[in-house]
Amino acid sequence: MTGTAVDLIWLAPALALLGFVLNGTLALARPATKTAVSIIGVGVLLGAFAIGIAVFRSFVALHTDAPVVFQYWSWIPVGSLQVNVGFQVDQLSTVMLLVVTGVGSLIHIFSVGYMQEDPGYARYFAYLNLFVFFMLLLVLGSSFPVMFVGWEGVGLCSYLLIGFWFSDKVNADAGRKAFIMNRIGDFGFMVAMFMIFWSTGSLDFGTVFSHAPTAFVAGGGAITAITLFLFLGCTGKSAQIPLYTWLPDAMAGPTPVSALIHAATMVTAGVYLVARCNLLFAMAPVSGAVVAGVGALTALFAATIALKQWDIKRVLAYSTISQLGYMFVAVGTGGAAISAGIFHLATHAFFKALLFLGSGSVIFAMHRAYHASHSHEDAQDMRNMGGLARHMPWTTTLMWIATLAIAGVPPLSGFFSKDEILTAVFARGTPQPAWLVFGGLGLVTALLTAFYMTRLMLYTFHGPNRTGGEERRHLFEAPWIMTAPLLVLGLLSLAGGLLNVPELYHGNAWLQHWLEPISRSSVALLPETHLATGTEWMLVGIAVAVAAIGIVGAWRLLNLETIVPAHSAPAERGFARVLRNKWYVDEIYDALIVRPIVWLSREVLWKWIDQQVIDGALVNGAARGTRAVGWANRWLQTGQVGVYVAVFLVGVLLLLWRAMS
Amino acid sequence: MTLTFFWIFGVIAMGSALLCITRRNPVVCALWLVVTLFALAAMYVMLDAQFIAALQVLVYAGAIMVLFLFVIMLLNLGRPGPTDIKGPVGLLLAAVLAGTLLFQLRVLGGAQALPPSAIQLPPGSLAALQARQGIVGAVAGPLFETYLVPFEIASVLLLAAIVGAVVLAKRKL
Amino acid sequence: MLLSPALEISAVLFTLGVAGVLLRRNTIVIFMCVELMLNAVNLTFVALAQPLGIGGQVFVFFVMAVAAAEAAVGLAIILAVYRHKQSVSLQNMNLLKD
Repeated sequence: MTGTAVDLIWLAPALALLGFVLNGTLALARPATKTAVSIIGVGVLLGAFAIGIAVFRSFVALHTDAPVVFQYWSWIPVGSLQVNVGFQVDQLSTVMLLVVTGVGSLIHIFSVGYMQEDPGYARYFAYLNLFVFFMLLLVLGSSFPVMFVGWEGVGLCSYLLIGFWFSDKVNADAGRKAFIMNRIGDFGFMVAMFMIFWSTGSLDFGTVFSHAPTAFVAGGGAITAITLFLFLGCTGKSAQIPLYTWLPDAMAGPTPVSALIHAATMVTAGVYLVARCNLLFAMAPVSGAVVAGVGALTALFAATIALKQWDIKRVLAYSTISQLGYMFVAVGTGGAAISAGIFHLATHAFFKALLFLGSGSVIFAMHRAYHASHSHEDAQDMRNMGGLARHMPWTTTLMWIATLAIAGVPPLSGFFSKDEILTAVFARGTPQPAWLVFGGLGLVTALLTAFYMTRLMLYTFHGPNRTGGEERRHLFEAPWIMTAPLLVLGLLSLAGGLLNVPELYHGNAWLQHWLEPISRSSVALLPETHLATGTEWMLVGIAVAVAAIGIVGAWRLLNLETIVPAHSAPAERGFARVLRNKWYVDEIYDALIVRPIVWLSREVLWKWIDQQVIDGALVNGAARGTRAVGWANRWLQTGQVGVYVAVFLVGVLLLLWRAMS
Repeated sequence: MTLTFFWIFGVIAMGSALLCITRRNPVVCALWLVVTLFALAAMYVMLDAQFIAALQVLVYAGAIMVLFLFVIMLLNLGRPGPTDIKGPVGLLLAAVLAGTLLFQLRVLGGAQALPPSAIQLPPGSLAALQARQGIVGAVAGPLFETYLVPFEIASVLLLAAIVGAVVLAKRKL
Repeated sequence: MLLSPALEISAVLFTLGVAGVLLRRNTIVIFMCVELMLNAVNLTFVALAQPLGIGGQVFVFFVMAVAAAEAAVGLAIILAVYRHKQSVSLQNMNLLKD
């Protein structure tokens, strides 16, 4: 207890939970309610955001490097395992708190407009509030188990919201896929937790991190295994190779959900986890390299797929995977680069939420237009769009801002955060050349990012309109309740870089200094890095040039006149087809993992073990055995009282015989 | 002297009990049982339980056995009919089981089963108690003090038995 | 001391009661045998009351009360069964099987 507003931290998740309870009750009792649901759903988030700001201000005023930990009650007191439900307020969790509640509030407001006509309105907001509750649990928890509850909870909400329109089998399947892929990751998280408890005897962040230097041998097998298992959890939750395939399918959910869960907050949980455990990763150099390497590979791989996708949301989904890869490169680098990763996490939350919400506006408009003309075209396919800039000027402008930001055009937010990562990575390249490769991959990714984002913008908003005349008359800008959040996010994407203007531009690098207490213990374990000012300027130059090449290249290479609507488009050929089909990864997984497991389950587990052994031998066998014993003993039941008396007496005699001996 | 009389009445009780279970006619059985009960009453007197002996004659030999005879007469079973004693197999079974039981009871009721002398009252203390409180008073004292609740419950049980017997025996209520 | 002979006689009487129950088919006689067993137990109570206190005699009092109740209800049951089956033989009471 600090006696300041920091003590109110419990109120933020409690408000979200209250929103879930109220909206959930309304969803069950009066599913048609709209106004009350909107007020509750958005209100609790704004309240949580206000509390977040108050907590943040008070925490800044405390001028403390040490985290403020609140232990509320004992949760699992078993022998030496003592787990309390507790929250930890420190530099990292306050940043995450603000991002989650801030971006969350904007997306809630957007949802009011986007979901207005949906019959599951109350249910939607109940899930969304529940998600925020679990997300806050995840970022605020003061121990691995509390964090894990949040981790599982956001997975559950993700599942519920991906399959929000569950009457469509595709959507329900996408939800299941996300859930199962996440389970694989969660298994890693749990194993890591067991091993951490085994080695340090605790699961509280504070205790674990203070015991880690003595409990583990730096670079030893135990710490490497723990961190790799933790990272397995991250690959599931944050959609990295090899578990990324669920995220593009997760676009089956409502678009604001994609913005909130599958771009801004939940998928960054893995980045948060690595940042939180940066000390452990710093003690295991191999794991750090694996994290950075997988991140870099994922960034490039997803970017290539994004090049040839036609579904506007899928492009953004692969872009999200790619940008998450960037963040993992940063947190895998460790030390001061943690702040670069968190910085990119925050700016990415701004511009990617903006992109998703903008695409939501577009889909909303397309959907309304198709609805007006009773057409059943795909409202998300870019081949059906084109020239929307004339009809949706606000959305177009704001999405261009986000596109420039994600492409890394100065002085937008993405430029600073991406450049921060590249600088840190190349700085590590001097002692460890592997990082030069990661940096190189990052630069290529930056080029591809600029290209496919420009492609998305051009196909959607520019060139001739491909919707058809009837629909064209019904294309309008979304209502103000949807554009207002976009506007705020646009401002944040523009100015988000101010959070962390590096010293190179005589900025104060606020976020980097702010997060210093988090990464302080790990900096000492990592090799000393330094980059000459000239090299830094050169890197900035390369990054800007790459972005420019990407944007201009897309502008010059793509011919907007030759695009035809989706229903008459020819199939791709050659390499484009491989990219269009996502490198056939889903098919490979299906052939290598899914089908053998299904075969094993059906032929061995079901038909043999379950039906033959369990049902046949054990279940029916028990019944048959009972019947046989009953049949054999049937003659005892004569119905003659005299016989019963005799048998009874035999029993008495036996008892007496026991008494005698 | 007392021991001799005790054995005489014991033999009477056992003999008449044997006749009771072997006579064919239920009325004869009942009468032999009455003889057993009387012999037991005599043994109770020798065991310093005069009040119980009186109850035995009044309640058992009087009331209960009259009830038996009454039912036998009511059902008109007094005539000698076909025997109800089971055949040789039943006889053998009964003999084996009863023999085993007797053996076991004799072992269990033998010398080592007697209460240890440490907790035994000195000889004649029961007679002294009866001399102090009177024969009925010696039983009535604990009955209405220590065992008051069981006594009341027994009265409820008897009431329930009366009601039950009426319900069962009456043709139409 | 009459305790040992009393226990001997009691054991024999009890055994005779059991033998009667096993041997007879007439329910009224079986009932009498049950009474015989109760009396055998009563004898041990009274015999043991001498060295162990007056409680044994009090217990006999209760046994008599229960025996009276049992006789009343039991004989009423026999009456009801006889009315139903025109017989008091155990052979005819075999409905427990069904």
